[in-house]
Amino acid sequence: MQTLTHASTAAAGARPAQAGPWRRAWRKLARNRIAMLGLAVVLFFISLAVFAPWIAPHDPLAAGWSTIRKAPSATHWFGTDDLGRDVLSRVVWGTRASLMAGVVSVAISLLLGVVIGMVAGFFGGLVDALISRITDAFLACPFLILAIALAAFLGPSLTNAMIAIGISAAPIFVRLTRAQVINVKVEDYIEAARAVGCSPLRIAVSHILPNITAPVIVQSTLAIAAAVIAEASLSFLGLGQQPPAPSWGSMLNTAKNFMDSAPWMAIWPGLAIFLLVLSFNLLGDGLRDALDPRHR
Amino acid sequence: MKPRSLALVGAALLTVVPMFAQAQVLRVGLAEDPDILDPTLARTFVGRIVFSALCDKLLDVDEKMAIIPQLATSYQWSADSKSLTLKLRTGVTFHDGEKFDAEAVKFNIERHKTMAGSNRSGELRPVTTVDVIDPSTVRLNLSAPFAPLLAALADRAGMMVSPKAAKAGGANFGTAPVCSGAFKFVERVAQDKIVFEKYANYWNKDAIHFNRIVYTPIPDATVRLANLRSGQLDFIERAASSDIVKIAADPKLKVSKITEIGYQGITINTGKSDKAQANPLGRDAKVREAFELSLDRQGIVQVVMDGEAVAGNQWVAPSSSFYAKNAPMPKRDVARAKALLKEAGVTNPSFTLMTATTSDAQKIAQVVQAMAKEAGFDVKIQSTEFASSLKLADQGDFEAYVLAWSGRADPDGNVYSFLACKQPLNYSGYCKPEIDSLLNEARTKLTTADRIKAYEQVAAQMQKDRPIVYLYHRNWLWAYNSKLTGVREVPDGLLRVEGLKLN
Amino acid sequence: MFVYFVRRLASLVPTLVFVSILIFGLQQLLPGDPAQMLAGEDQRPEVIEHYRQKLHLDKPIVVQYGYWMGGVLQGDLGESTRTQLPVLDLILQKLPVTVELALLSMFIALLIGIPTGVISAVKRGSAWDHGATVFALSGLSMPNFWLGIMMILLFSVELGWLPASGYVSPFENLGANIAAMIMPAIVLGTAISAVLMRHTRSSMLQVLAADYVRTARAKGLNERVVVLKHALRNALTPVITLGALELGALLSGAVLTEQVFTIPGFGKLIIDAVFNRDYAVVQGVVLVTATAYILLNLMADMAYFLFNPRLRH
Repeated sequence: MQTLTHASTAAAGARPAQAGPWRRAWRKLARNRIAMLGLAVVLFFISLAVFAPWIAPHDPLAAGWSTIRKAPSATHWFGTDDLGRDVLSRVVWGTRASLMAGVVSVAISLLLGVVIGMVAGFFGGLVDALISRITDAFLACPFLILAIALAAFLGPSLTNAMIAIGISAAPIFVRLTRAQVINVKVEDYIEAARAVGCSPLRIAVSHILPNITAPVIVQSTLAIAAAVIAEASLSFLGLGQQPPAPSWGSMLNTAKNFMDSAPWMAIWPGLAIFLLVLSFNLLGDGLRDALDPRHR
Repeated sequence: MKPRSLALVGAALLTVVPMFAQAQVLRVGLAEDPDILDPTLARTFVGRIVFSALCDKLLDVDEKMAIIPQLATSYQWSADSKSLTLKLRTGVTFHDGEKFDAEAVKFNIERHKTMAGSNRSGELRPVTTVDVIDPSTVRLNLSAPFAPLLAALADRAGMMVSPKAAKAGGANFGTAPVCSGAFKFVERVAQDKIVFEKYANYWNKDAIHFNRIVYTPIPDATVRLANLRSGQLDFIERAASSDIVKIAADPKLKVSKITEIGYQGITINTGKSDKAQANPLGRDAKVREAFELSLDRQGIVQVVMDGEAVAGNQWVAPSSSFYAKNAPMPKRDVARAKALLKEAGVTNPSFTLMTATTSDAQKIAQVVQAMAKEAGFDVKIQSTEFASSLKLADQGDFEAYVLAWSGRADPDGNVYSFLACKQPLNYSGYCKPEIDSLLNEARTKLTTADRIKAYEQVAAQMQKDRPIVYLYHRNWLWAYNSKLTGVREVPDGLLRVEGLKLN
Repeated sequence: MFVYFVRRLASLVPTLVFVSILIFGLQQLLPGDPAQMLAGEDQRPEVIEHYRQKLHLDKPIVVQYGYWMGGVLQGDLGESTRTQLPVLDLILQKLPVTVELALLSMFIALLIGIPTGVISAVKRGSAWDHGATVFALSGLSMPNFWLGIMMILLFSVELGWLPASGYVSPFENLGANIAAMIMPAIVLGTAISAVLMRHTRSSMLQVLAADYVRTARAKGLNERVVVLKHALRNALTPVITLGALELGALLSGAVLTEQVFTIPGFGKLIIDAVFNRDYAVVQGVVLVTATAYILLNLMADMAYFLFNPRLRH
C-alpha cells in the first residue's frame, strides 16, 4: 500500500518523453537484466494462467476425502489441501484470479484516475480544488480499510474485491495524472494547439495523454504488484475469491489454520504471490529507469 | 563499575521475581475479545468464560449438566410449580464488601428483567415478582411453570452483581464490574487483556490457587497455540482440530475434548419469505429429505473437524438424556435420495447455500456441495460476511444457511427460539401450532420424563418437515500446560477456576 | 511561501470534513444492521430496538451524521458499541502502540534501505546494484501476513526465541516490549525499506553527479569520504522527508500485521470494528489517522521545500 502512494511521487519524476524515444527506452530496458528477468517471469505466469487447463495435472475443484492434507508426493507435487485437492493445480488455476485481480483492479484505477486527474489538471480552479480535496480525503483514509469497507459493501467475491481495490487505488492515479497535466499544460505545443483552435478534448487526447503515458505505465506496473497483494489481503480476511474457486489469497486464508500440520498449503501460494509481485516490481522498476531521462 | 554491576544484579533480580509470581498467575488465551462485562447486557459465548471466574451464579451445572448449588444452596418448586424458593448461602460478600442476601437477589433479577438493552429479559420472562422471605431465602413467582428457569439461573441470568456498584455504575457498570466470584476485576485493555485478582473474602477461597488471571484474546488459532507452546499461556480454548494430534503428542501439553451442548446445522427457508416457495428445497419436504439422505454426517465430521465432533440429527447430542430415541440418525442413502427427488419431480434441484466467511462454515458448505451433487443437487455457495448474513437471514433473503448455535444448558434453549412461530431465531419461518403447543408443554412440565415425551413428538415431526438439518455437535478442544490440574470438563465449554492448580 | 503554507493548512479543514463524510458514508453503505450485531446470539427484538434507538439508527443519515459530528467537535468520539469503552480512550490506549510499531519499522526500514541504496548507487549497474534491488523489492513483494506467520512459526514455535504475540508496554518491561515488537517491525520495515532504498539510490545518483562532488574527487579525497561525508548527507534530505510520508502510511497500514501478531494497536482495532459494525470506533480511528496522515504530509512537504528551493513555484 505504501508503494502505491509513494511510487506516484517517484514516477512523476519521469518527465514526458517525445515521440520516438520509446525505442530508446525499450533498448535501455532490455539491457537491464533484472528487469528482463521480471518480464520473463510475468510472461511465464501469464502463460500459466492462459494454459491452465492443459498444465494443471488435476482438477483444482476435485475434493478427495482420502487425500486430506497429504504432504508433497509423486502424484501431488505440492501436496494436497484440507479438502484433499491438489495444491499444484490450484496454484496454477489460481494464477488467473490473481493476475485478473491485479490487472483489472489497476485498469479500473486507471480509467477512474486518469479521467478525473485530467479533468482536475486541465480545468483547474474550483473543479480542481474540489477534486483535489476529495482525492486527499480518499488518500488520507487507510487504503486497506477503504478496500475492506467497499468489498464488504459489495459482498465478498473476486469481482467485488477487484472493484474495491480499483476504486481505493484510483486516487493515486488522479494525483499522478493531475500533476503531469499541470506540468504539460504550460508547454508551448499545447499553447499552439489551443491557438489553432483545437477542442479541449482533442488537446487532452492527442497531445496531453501521450506525454503522460510514461509515468502512468511505471505506476501501473507497480500498482499491479500492490493490487495482487491487496487481493491476497482481502481474501485473507474472507472478502475476496470465495471457495471453492482457487485464488492464492484465499488459499493462504485457509492455509493459515494449518501452518503447523500442513505448511505446504501456505508455502506454494505464498511463494507464487511473492514471485509474481516481485517480477512486477522489478519490471516496473526497470521501466522507471528506462523511461526516466534523468538516469542516463 | 560499581553502579553498573548493581544495575546488573538489580536487573537479574527483576527477571527472577516475576518467575515466582508467575506460578500464581493463570494466563488464558481466548478465541475472541469478550463484549460488555455486565451479565445483564452481555451477549457473547466468550464473555461467559470470563464471567465464570468473575461472577458467581445462583446455580451452576456439573460435568453431567445436572443443576448444582453455587450462591443458592438449595431450591424447591412449589406444589403448583409456579414459584421457586431458593435458600441462599450465608456469609457471601461482593467484591466491594457489600453483603449478598435476598434483597440483592431481588435487585438483580429485577435488573435483568427491566434494564434497558437487557439480554436476559427473554430468559426470565415468566418471572413476575420476587419475594424476599428472609435475608437468606428468596422466592421467584412465575406466571406459568417454566422448566428452563433452573438452567437460566445457572447462566448469566443467575449472575449476581453488587446492587450498590450497579446503581453507581448505571449503564456503564460493565466497564468496572463488581460481582461476588472468586476473582475481582482489575483492569481491561480492549483486545489486549483482561486482568482479575483473587478476591480475599471469597466463600470458597480454599479452592482457589491463583492470585491473578490474565485473559488474552488471540483470534488466530495458530498464534494462540504458538503462545501456549512457547510458554506464554497456560491454557487456550478452541484449539484447532487439525492441531490436536500434534498437541497430544507434546508431553508438555494436555488436551481436553468435551462435546458441546450446541450444534452445527443447515437452516432451510421453509416459510420465512417468498423465497421458500420459489425453491424446491424450501417448498417440498421430500426434497429436503433427499438432501439429508445425500449427506454423510460422519464424513463431514471427519473432513471439517478432523473427527473432533459427534454427528447428530437433533438439537441435542445423541448422548444427551433429552435425545429423542424415536428419531434416530439416518444413514447416507444416495439411491433413496435420487428416488425421492424423482418422486418429487425435480431430478436436479438447485439452491444457494449461504455461509459466513469463517473457514469452518466454508468447509462445511464445500463438503455438502460435493456430497449433495451425487444425488443430483446443484448447490451454489454464497459466502457472506457475518453481519450481512444475519440481516439476510432475518429478512428471509436466503434459501439455506449454514448456522451454528452455541447451546444452552436446557434443551428448550436449543429448540424453542428456532422452531416456535415467529421466534427471533426462527430463520426457517417454520410455524405449526401443534409444534408450538408441544414446545410449550415441554417448557411447563417439570419432570424430565414428561418433557422427553413432548420432545419425542417434536422430533418425530421434524423428521417429516426438516426445517433444520442438524449436522454435528463440535468438541470443545482445550489445550493446556500439562502441569495444570483440576480442569473440569463441563459441556458448556467454560473454564471453571475452582480447584484449578498449576503445579 | 508562508502564504502557501497557510493556504495548505486551511485546506486541511475541508479535507477532514470530506474524510468524515467519506468514512461515515461508507459505513452506512455496509450491509448488515449494527443493532442486530449488538443483540448477540439471542437476537431478542427488544434488545435490537434498544440499540437502534441508542445509535439513532432510525433517524435519517444526515441527522445521524450531525449527532456524531456534534460530539466530535466537543471532543467526544462516542463509545464502542461492542464494549461500551469510550472511543477516545481506546484511541489513546492504542495510539502509542501503533506509533511505536511505526517508529520501529521505520528504523528498520532506514537501517536496510539507506545502506542498500548507497551501495546500489555507488556500484551502479553492477551485480551489487541488482542484488540490492532484488533484496529490497523482495521485502515489498511478500504478503506481510504470510511473512508474519512464517516468522512466528520459526522464531516462536521452533526456536522459542521470541513471543508469538501480545504486547508489553516499554515502561513495564523494555526487553519484553522489544521482543514482542521486533518481528512485526521487521515485517513492516522490510516492505518500506524497498521504497527508501530506491529513493536513496536515485538521490545519491543525482548527488554523485553534482559539481561539488566532482570537486571533492578532484581534490584527491578518498572515495569513501566523498561518498559518506559529502554525498550522503545531501542525498539523505529528500529521503528523510519521504520517510515522514511513509510514516503516515505506516500508521494506518499496519492493519494485517497487527492482526497476525495480536498487537493491540490501531490496525487491529479498526479491522475488528469494521467486521463488528462498531461504527463509532471506525469513524473515530479513521478521523484521527487521517488527521495525522495529512499533518505528516504537510510537514514532509514543508521540509522538502525548505531543503530544495528549486521546487518553490
